[in-house]
Amino acid sequence: MNGHEFTLAGVSLVALGTGALWWPDRSLLCVSDLHLGKSERIARRGGGPLPPYDTRDTLNRLAADLARSQARIVVCLGDSFDDLDAAHALPEEERLWLAKLQAGRRWVWIEGNHDPGPIDLAGTQLTELPVAPLTFRHIARPGASGEVSGHYHPKATIRSRGRAVTRPAFLLDRDRVILPAYGTYTGGLRSDDTALVTLMRPEALALMTGPEVHAVPMPR
Amino acid sequence: MSGPPQTGGLEARGAIRALTLPPKLRDWFAAKGWSLHPHQRAMLERADDPATLLIAPTGGGKTMAGFLPTLAELGEDPPDGLHTLYVSPLKALAADIKRNLRTPVEEIGLPIRIDDRTGDTPASRKKRQRADPPHILLTTPESLALLTSYEDADRTFSGLKRVVVDEIHALAESKRGDQLMLALARLQRLCPGLRRVGLSATVEDPQAMARLLARHPDPCDIVLADPGPDPDIAMLETEALPPWAGGGAAHAIPAVMAQIRKHRTTLIFHNTRAQAEIFFHKLWLANDDGLPIGIHHGSLDRAQRERVEAAMVRGELRAIVCTGSLDLGIDWGDVDLVIQVGAPKNVKRLVQRIGRANHRYNAPSKALLVPANRFEVVECVAALEAVRDHALDGEPRGDGPLDVLCQQILIAACAGPFEAGALFDELRSAGPYSGLSRADFDDCLQFCATGGYALRAYDKWQRLQQRPDGRWQLRDPRSAQRIRMNIGTIQDSDRLKVRMRGRGGKPLGEVEEGFAATLTAGDTFLIGGKIVRYEGLREMTVEVSRDAGRKPKIATFSGTKFATSTQLSARILDLFAQGDWPQLPRHTAEWLALQRAVSRLPRAGRLLVESFPHDGREHACVYGFAGRNAQQTLGLLLTKRMEALGLAPLGFVASDYATLIWGLEPLEDPAPLFDPEALRDGLEGWLAGNAVMKRTFRASATIAGLIERNIPAAQRKTGRQATFSSDILYDTLQKYDPGHLMLRITRTEAERGLVDFGRIEEMLERIGGRIDHMRLERITPLAAPLLLEVGKVPVAGQAEERLMAEEAARLMQASGLAALQQAEVEGSPPARG
Repeated sequence: MNGHEFTLAGVSLVALGTGALWWPDRSLLCVSDLHLGKSERIARRGGGPLPPYDTRDTLNRLAADLARSQARIVVCLGDSFDDLDAAHALPEEERLWLAKLQAGRRWVWIEGNHDPGPIDLAGTQLTELPVAPLTFRHIARPGASGEVSGHYHPKATIRSRGRAVTRPAFLLDRDRVILPAYGTYTGGLRSDDTALVTLMRPEALALMTGPEVHAVPMPR
Repeated sequence: MSGPPQTGGLEARGAIRALTLPPKLRDWFAAKGWSLHPHQRAMLERADDPATLLIAPTGGGKTMAGFLPTLAELGEDPPDGLHTLYVSPLKALAADIKRNLRTPVEEIGLPIRIDDRTGDTPASRKKRQRADPPHILLTTPESLALLTSYEDADRTFSGLKRVVVDEIHALAESKRGDQLMLALARLQRLCPGLRRVGLSATVEDPQAMARLLARHPDPCDIVLADPGPDPDIAMLETEALPPWAGGGAAHAIPAVMAQIRKHRTTLIFHNTRAQAEIFFHKLWLANDDGLPIGIHHGSLDRAQRERVEAAMVRGELRAIVCTGSLDLGIDWGDVDLVIQVGAPKNVKRLVQRIGRANHRYNAPSKALLVPANRFEVVECVAALEAVRDHALDGEPRGDGPLDVLCQQILIAACAGPFEAGALFDELRSAGPYSGLSRADFDDCLQFCATGGYALRAYDKWQRLQQRPDGRWQLRDPRSAQRIRMNIGTIQDSDRLKVRMRGRGGKPLGEVEEGFAATLTAGDTFLIGGKIVRYEGLREMTVEVSRDAGRKPKIATFSGTKFATSTQLSARILDLFAQGDWPQLPRHTAEWLALQRAVSRLPRAGRLLVESFPHDGREHACVYGFAGRNAQQTLGLLLTKRMEALGLAPLGFVASDYATLIWGLEPLEDPAPLFDPEALRDGLEGWLAGNAVMKRTFRASATIAGLIERNIPAAQRKTGRQATFSSDILYDTLQKYDPGHLMLRITRTEAERGLVDFGRIEEMLERIGGRIDHMRLERITPLAAPLLLEVGKVPVAGQAEERLMAEEAARLMQASGLAALQQAEVEGSPPARG
């Protein structure tokens, strides 16, 4: 798989340009913050009727990552749905598509702050998933190690010759990796935000997503 | 107010009805020694007409002419209720008029209540105004649109007789005018007898302006005031020669300084905010006498702008460096000279600016033009001739834009349930929308209701729903608040505030978000004439500190880039056709003569293309005279075609008159490049992924109510990850719903705006395939300045990735993290610094 290889707690992992995390030894693909059903939720709450193609686009990209990786285990790191109502209101067509993606795989839904509670979809629901020596959870816990989390939607900016490029990014230090948001309708939190600067070690890296993954010192 | 005494009495006898001023008002005028101008009398006579457009020069008592019929009708014992609504493009102007109008009313003791209502008006006063409106309400298009969105709008406006639109020429140039005319259509339905008055500066097509103002298809008479004497206008003589390229006009600083010393108050206009900042900075360095000089532009903090305005009114400033933010008719006191730095680009705007000097009727205005470079000398001379010929220019405005229409449908829904057919008729009674088709209206209505997507969605969560009686209404009445919070067509969402670091740091103004993103700590830039150092971004604010340095490293905020008008371009081509140029300074005439000797000068009705090697690369220069935006688009399209033809273009740069392209292979035959069909096809493909389109989409989607600029505090999330870029919406639509209304709107907007394909079409038609190709051995005099232009565009699809890879490697090495990384990852090649 094309991406940036690194080790966390002695485990060899690959940060993919798509924003997914690949663990080759376990054939495990991890994605975070899918926010499926976001456009539906915004309309429900009286916002503008955004193009209703976000769920379809997110699943399209996920399907492509699954086809390339042939992953046997999929971990969705929380905030997979924009809220629980959005999970329940998922259109039939998209529900079937998701079921097709799940067929023949172990599928884990980690609960996030947007989707804390039962959903009527196949797969296992957990608050966190330990796969020694790593732990998968939605929100990073200060002091933890070997931790894979999401929640913050990190993004990073680098500048070169007067041009600034901002991309969703993995944040990585020797204790943890924080995944960028995978969902189509998601924004980002700049890596120099206090929350991220205090969470990550001084020597942390930002792995910028895109056609190729570029590792840079985390802008802070 | 009306000017100095003139012949003619105050007994204004109307043709239709004898409308007279109240005796007290007449006496007050007489005591001041004032009498009515003929056009002011004409406005009184036409008081009963459904619509009247008054065109008068600055200082002609235009605003008073608009209000006289109101004062006459209200008389000395006015009944309660709103009588006249006054709409101006500026909050400051509304406040200014309130002051000017209250003076006679209060001095005379007329019981007329006058109040203003803008975004700055406190909520308590706004509430009072709705329940108990004054006789005369002064407001802006946005505040008016908001007023019409309330359920009780019919009560607020009941009894409204007249509406006066001031500076309508300024509003007509933007979507604010379209929105205002839609609001007037709504008012007209609430108050069928409403009469409209438009007040305008000199414009090129009064008929078009009248059609905009009137209820379609009502007539609209035009009253033309005496335009006054011709301005006293010339080019500023400078000792130093103007440079070959650039827009700073630094060479003119000593000459401008000398003019400031010679005059009471000088206004120095610039075309962009960045140029105003740089010029102001340099002027200060040369200001050995310490004359009081101020700066004023739209990106400065409001408090700072108001300080400059107040100082100006008090006559404390000798000069103000400014941009279009001072274009409109507030009475700025005793300005006796206007200096325009840089080519005026547009004759109409120049004439309106010149009018800022000598703000007195029947006195000539004095103005000087300062060309910033050699080519602008030619442009300034062409502009001077146009002013002398009274030949104003202007691009005809197309049909009313549909994004504004979508917003209007939402505003109507906020006011209460509506019947689609009745709303359609109402919208079509607005001038800009008189040609609106039912199909376009239905698309907009669908968009407002469901988003109008090819994929059926939101059946349950429609924004607008049809009731059993067929009328449309908001599904959730609470969404009215969100819609109201986002009323307006002014786009400022991509600006970040700049303030001094530290607690209670002083606000300085705004910069564009894109500019802020290019800054790193320690970079210095100019704002409000100060050099500041970038410290960091805190929430949505750029924090800076004072910097003692004298040389700012960076100074940009891309203000509007005006393109030279079609008429001015044509005049320049006519000037080129002369045998010699007695009206040009010698240095410029010699330059053109040299061009004619070694190559040829561009000619009207033909397209000159030069190709030559220079500095190890091949160059092609295309003199399209289509204006900067179109020449830029042309550069993108031509390099794409050249890439396909194997000419290996490397980059290009565009100015108002030409595009210069460089690459590896010589251009032998330019004709195939200009095949109109192929260019149009290229446009299709190129537009889709273009940053200009994304920017245009964001603006239109915000106006149409797809994206919300403001959301209620209760729903605002902490942390910025909750919001996402509108680029994502654009990409998603392109991918899944390419025929969607919002993309159609975006394309129409871009074609007449930043992409300006319309002018490429116009150019192709003008040249009709007549291409003069000059193959030369070296760079030509006319092409050379282009190499010095800023804003070169590299042609390379992979550029961003390449830059990123380069920068990533550099950063990793520099920080020492590269070595750490390599130690951990097996199988990667070792890297040692």
